[in-house]
Amino acid sequence: MIPELGHFALILAFVLALVQGTLPLVGAARGEARWMAVANPAAVGQFGLLLLAFLALMYAFVVSDFTVSNVVQNSHSAKPMLYKITGVWGNHEGSMVLWVLILALFGAMVALFGRNLPPTLKARVLGIQGLIGVGFLLFILATSNPFLRVDPPPLDGTDLNPLLQDPGLAFHPPFLYFGYVGFSMAFSFAIAALIEGRVDAAWARWVRPWTLAAWCGLTLGIALGSWWAYYELGWGGWWFWDPVENASLMPWLTGTALLHSAIVVEKRDTLKSWTILLAIVTFGLSLLGTFLVRSGVLTSVHAFAVDPERGIFILVLLILALGGGLALYAIRAPRLQGGGLFAPISREGGLIVNNLLLVTATLTVLVGTLYPLLLDAVGGGLVSVGPPFFNAVFIPLAVPLVAAMGIGPMLAWKRGDLRAALGRLWFAAVVVIVVALGAVWFWAGGPVLAVLGVAMGLWLVASALTEMAERIRLFRIPLVASWQRFTGLPRSAYGLTLAHAGLGIAILGMVGTSVFRAEVIEIMAPGEQIEIAGYVLTFDGVRDVQGPNYISNQGRLVAESDGNQFVLTPEKRWYPIAQMATTEAAIATTWLADIYVALGEPRDDGRWVIRAWHHPLVPWIWVGSVIMVLGGFVSLTDRRLRVGAPRRARIGASVQPAE
Amino acid sequence: MRRLVYLVPLTVFLALAIWLAVPLLEGRDPSALPSALIDQAMPSTDLPGIPGRARDASGLTDADLLAGKPILVNVFASWCLPCLAEHPLLMGLSDDGVTIHAINYRDDPADSADWLARHGDPFDRVGLDRDGRAGIDWGVTGVPETFVIDADGRIRYRFAGPLTPAILDRDIRPLLASLDQ
Repeated sequence: MIPELGHFALILAFVLALVQGTLPLVGAARGEARWMAVANPAAVGQFGLLLLAFLALMYAFVVSDFTVSNVVQNSHSAKPMLYKITGVWGNHEGSMVLWVLILALFGAMVALFGRNLPPTLKARVLGIQGLIGVGFLLFILATSNPFLRVDPPPLDGTDLNPLLQDPGLAFHPPFLYFGYVGFSMAFSFAIAALIEGRVDAAWARWVRPWTLAAWCGLTLGIALGSWWAYYELGWGGWWFWDPVENASLMPWLTGTALLHSAIVVEKRDTLKSWTILLAIVTFGLSLLGTFLVRSGVLTSVHAFAVDPERGIFILVLLILALGGGLALYAIRAPRLQGGGLFAPISREGGLIVNNLLLVTATLTVLVGTLYPLLLDAVGGGLVSVGPPFFNAVFIPLAVPLVAAMGIGPMLAWKRGDLRAALGRLWFAAVVVIVVALGAVWFWAGGPVLAVLGVAMGLWLVASALTEMAERIRLFRIPLVASWQRFTGLPRSAYGLTLAHAGLGIAILGMVGTSVFRAEVIEIMAPGEQIEIAGYVLTFDGVRDVQGPNYISNQGRLVAESDGNQFVLTPEKRWYPIAQMATTEAAIATTWLADIYVALGEPRDDGRWVIRAWHHPLVPWIWVGSVIMVLGGFVSLTDRRLRVGAPRRARIGASVQPAE
Repeated sequence: MRRLVYLVPLTVFLALAIWLAVPLLEGRDPSALPSALIDQAMPSTDLPGIPGRARDASGLTDADLLAGKPILVNVFASWCLPCLAEHPLLMGLSDDGVTIHAINYRDDPADSADWLARHGDPFDRVGLDRDGRAGIDWGVTGVPETFVIDADGRIRYRFAGPLTPAILDRDIRPLLASLDQ
């Protein structure tokens, strides 16, 4: 009964989405206020119905209702409750329901909190959002019904893939989808603006919070995914240039570019058609990611069951949304008039450099990801794509990007003074040079890239802090006055410092673990010791542990250094229902480094292969990412994004002062 | 003229969409890439071994591949996530007595030795193909890929992408059984 209710709610949501995708758009074109007003209740109602459907599916998983085909294929009665719940979106059908639920959530938020939007813009945004919903709900109902029953029902399920039974992996899809789907808001705003034929500072101010929220979600999702790869795969790999990882990285890169170019539209009333294009492309790349993962065109460990029919359906959606959007862009964008002029050396100029580099980086990732397909089309070739390709092209693009990230915020709008900006960065430059030289001395003969990487990370942190110090005139006016300036800054200024410094910290982590890791492999009997990077590890032996749906060999090691003591319990697990084994590494962190231990094969004489790694700075990758997200959230609470935007902006749009 | 610039994104996208649509509309299984090498003699192979590998540190040569019985050759890399996904299936095949050799594609030998020690080692011989040269000889487009080679050293089957239980039961096990007679 409850699965049928969920199915029925899905169908009703589809019908409401049809209403939301037609009446408000026609109403906005004809100026019929009542038709436009339909958008609000339709958006909220659609969210309510999809929430109902999602909860119905979750209920089926929680009570292990094995009359539902989806539950049979992805769950088991002995599975821990946590993974029963996360199993809802650990499969193709359920994850699509989550996808449309988040889409409807964004629509409902616009309906409820977008009170100060002009009525026609709001109606059009919600209308476009409704049309996207129509496409995806039709996709679910036609090809991927999660509520399909089986008859006769089996006694128990076939269990979720054990690799997916992991907190890092279980929780990253909701964040990723929040990011992907959130960019649909930017897309809807862009299309609505093209229909209206007007893009101004106010528009940029409205679109920014949605983009920022989506960006935060995507950043967090990517960070969680890479954290999973790190502890599940071992030896310090945290990014594998897997097609699915690339699919999430591409919208992140263009989304980052969009965030920055929207600032230019808001402050300087220029770069309009470029910003609109970025909004369309960013959502397009999110859809492309969905297509690549689910059509089976490219293979990946994250890929769901391959089904060409689904692939064609998503491709048609992609063509309708992106092709339609880009066609509208080709017709309307030439009429968007650019506003303020600016010199090449200026804040705008810096942001254009940032945009060009980010878009180039996106293109290289796109080419690398689709390369196997291209190779297939032309019948074989010589170059292979894998980490070597991406590292070779991505790092040369990242270096100028990071260099520009330090200088850009120092430049004035309209006409900047590069020499003065560099002059104000002398402190950051000194820090970077001293530490980089120190790294050369400490690591004589080491790879140049390591020194360069350390310098890049430090440069970002130091320049972000310098920028903040400049704003509050630290040490030039009394400290109390500096503090008053600090507390008086807009929240977006804190956001900038946090996000840029966070990226710098993450880069230091990436470089640290890639270059300075150490490793020991020993065949150990209980009681024996090994030493790694100043830690003494004592092996206490292995015992059998019975888990809820697995059996495990659990090793125990005690790590000791200068009175610090950790217990590490690496495991080898066997999942009898899924017939799969997994290894669970044990990680102890000091925040400056990780001690990482994996249990290998047993020997006949009762000894075990033990592998231990020392990964310096690796936690900083995720600490840095979290700081970046924090920067995004702080910026999201900025006053100008919350209150009084339209009235101020409408005045501001005509006499926008150059700040 | 200036208006034409705004048509560029649409044109690029449509070209991309058509290109993505063709393999889907042809109804081709994207992983069943035809190999020019099917029913040809396997390419001449002489690869060094992985020094740190516990099971067998010697390399992969033509002599190993001409074993007088059907064997599998798996192309893998430690940086490849799909390889991890198919790994338990290879472990299962190895437990059933199937001989599996491997080409370790564009990998760091220390990383692949760790990977094998951690996730289990189903391979008899592993040849290290650091620069991808052997991958070109074998026509490899990505990792993982799996080949079936008969007793006379001819390639009889190729699968690109991670193996699944369905592919094992549908293609590989029946082929191995028929070749073994």
